Amino acid sequence: MIYLYYLVTIGTVIAASRTERLGLKRGLYAGLGALLLIAPLFDRNDADYNILADTGIFLLLALGLNIVVGFAGLLDLGYAAFFAIGSYSYAMLASPQFNVHLPFWALLFIAAAIAAIFGILLGAPTLRLRGDYLAIVTLGFGEIVPQVFQNLTKYTGGPSGISGLDTPNFLGHSFGVFSLPYYYVTLGLIALGLWLASNVRNSRLGRAWVAIREDELAARHMGINTTTAKLAAFSLGAAFSGLGGVVFASKLSVVSPDSFQFSVSILILAMLVLGGMGNIPGVIVGSLILTLVNSVLLPQANTIAAAIHLNVDFTNVHLFIYGAILVGIMLFKPEGLLPSRKRRAELRTALGKSEA
Amino acid sequence: MALLEIAELSKRFGGLTAVQKLGLEIEPGEIVAMIGPNGAGKSTVFNLITGVYAPSSGRISFAGTRIDRRPTYRIASAGIARTFQNIRLFAFMSALDNVMTGEHPLMHAKLWDSLLHTPFGRNEEKRVRARALDLLGLVGLDGDAQTFAGSLPYGSQRRLEIARALAGNPKLLLLDEPAAGMNPREKTDLLALIREIRALGTTIFLIEHDMSLVMQISERIVVLDHGESIASGTPAQIRSDPAVIEAYLGAPR
Repeated sequence: MIYLYYLVTIGTVIAASRTERLGLKRGLYAGLGALLLIAPLFDRNDADYNILADTGIFLLLALGLNIVVGFAGLLDLGYAAFFAIGSYSYAMLASPQFNVHLPFWALLFIAAAIAAIFGILLGAPTLRLRGDYLAIVTLGFGEIVPQVFQNLTKYTGGPSGISGLDTPNFLGHSFGVFSLPYYYVTLGLIALGLWLASNVRNSRLGRAWVAIREDELAARHMGINTTTAKLAAFSLGAAFSGLGGVVFASKLSVVSPDSFQFSVSILILAMLVLGGMGNIPGVIVGSLILTLVNSVLLPQANTIAAAIHLNVDFTNVHLFIYGAILVGIMLFKPEGLLPSRKRRAELRTALGKSEA
Repeated sequence: MALLEIAELSKRFGGLTAVQKLGLEIEPGEIVAMIGPNGAGKSTVFNLITGVYAPSSGRISFAGTRIDRRPTYRIASAGIARTFQNIRLFAFMSALDNVMTGEHPLMHAKLWDSLLHTPFGRNEEKRVRARALDLLGLVGLDGDAQTFAGSLPYGSQRRLEIARALAGNPKLLLLDEPAAGMNPREKTDLLALIREIRALGTTIFLIEHDMSLVMQISERIVVLDHGESIASGTPAQIRSDPAVIEAYLGAPR
């Protein structure tokens, strides 16, 4: 049953990206949205929504990172830092930790704003850096932030983190122990995220990002303030992961530093590379495929292995699987499964040159 | 008042003096050319005007305001646009998007207009798009609006770069070797285009090696040699200036 969600979504997104007709495209996305909304009428298995809500959180993160890396071309290897900041914002402001209990819905905005501010703070020192150097510095930030949370024991509970986070309410009804409400929340946030990301893509700011990515000096000659444009990308991208962090923390009801390791940043980046960096449908497909592997296929492989008394734990090889997928995609379709026209042309040209 | 005023401008890179005490004034509506042998410092002057380099000493004023030491994007927004000697288009953006990016300084859409596609943002986007298409028409690229800039033929890329520079509605347009690599026909078209741009009210300052083009189009010529201005005047004066002939056109036989 769970496969159906992934197959239908990936299929619809690919179909929508194949057509040039805007009406049909919108219709397909609207139909998909409606289908996902009413799916719980037919599928009463809450475990499915647990997986799908997690998938939604990662899709949200991927959409955010896509703004930074895909649109503005700023290679960020420490994106999980903002995910951590969003999660800890919820943990500190809706738990017995400080006896502050702000409502979930308000915290979505607050955490997004906090993450956006940290996006600017951590983005500012990197403005003059490009390419490899930027990647190294962001990687450092990605390591520093969980370390800070781990060592500020007085405020963050140290390595064991903060637990007993508030369960969200909707119009007085507690979300309880069910995953279904989180599924709907992520669905709503993804719709919002997709709308914002596709708006900004075709706008003054979106063009400025692409221009910076292509030729920063020429972009400045177009009157583009590259400083504010880059900071806008960092903060907007961070805001997305702030939202994701709030849902993640409230759903798990506990946060700890080890949820935000380097591998999380890499996983999200891998989603972009797999799907097609800079192209929103590609990002959706990439993140669905990797979460499908991660949350569905590997656990099921384990169950099968256990049934035939095979003593392997497939969830331990997930890094190997990402690696294999990435190497495969680099060899056979380096622009990603569903690239933008731009990215395809870029890579074709780059490869053509290096072969010549 | 002069539109562009350069006084005592010098730029040193370590021990090398690229520009030496340069003085120059450009009046509104003029077409002025800067010529000189390779390495004379012509492109450096453009880079100083647009703020890519900070001057070692001297002043640059534009429309009465000092612009030296201002960041490039503010100089561009103030109304100085340029093209580059080695074309710097956004190669993997469509021709239309290139020109629309050039319209950046004219636009007022804020972050939320971009994010939320507010009515204001949408209307502005529509206006800017229509104007970009007009500009593509002006340089004869209306058929290539959706083509990637990088896949256009060389001459078209030069013209697209001019359209992109014009998109910000500049008061002063700096053209860095606009005719480089063009065939005679394209050069004739370029001549007409430059005149048309001036007729629209834009002042033009160009660097060019093609002497026949320079002599035909410029009202005034400045000659640079080893970073210093060695002569300045009408094409006829320059042609007969002994210092210029020696430094640049070659000693008379």
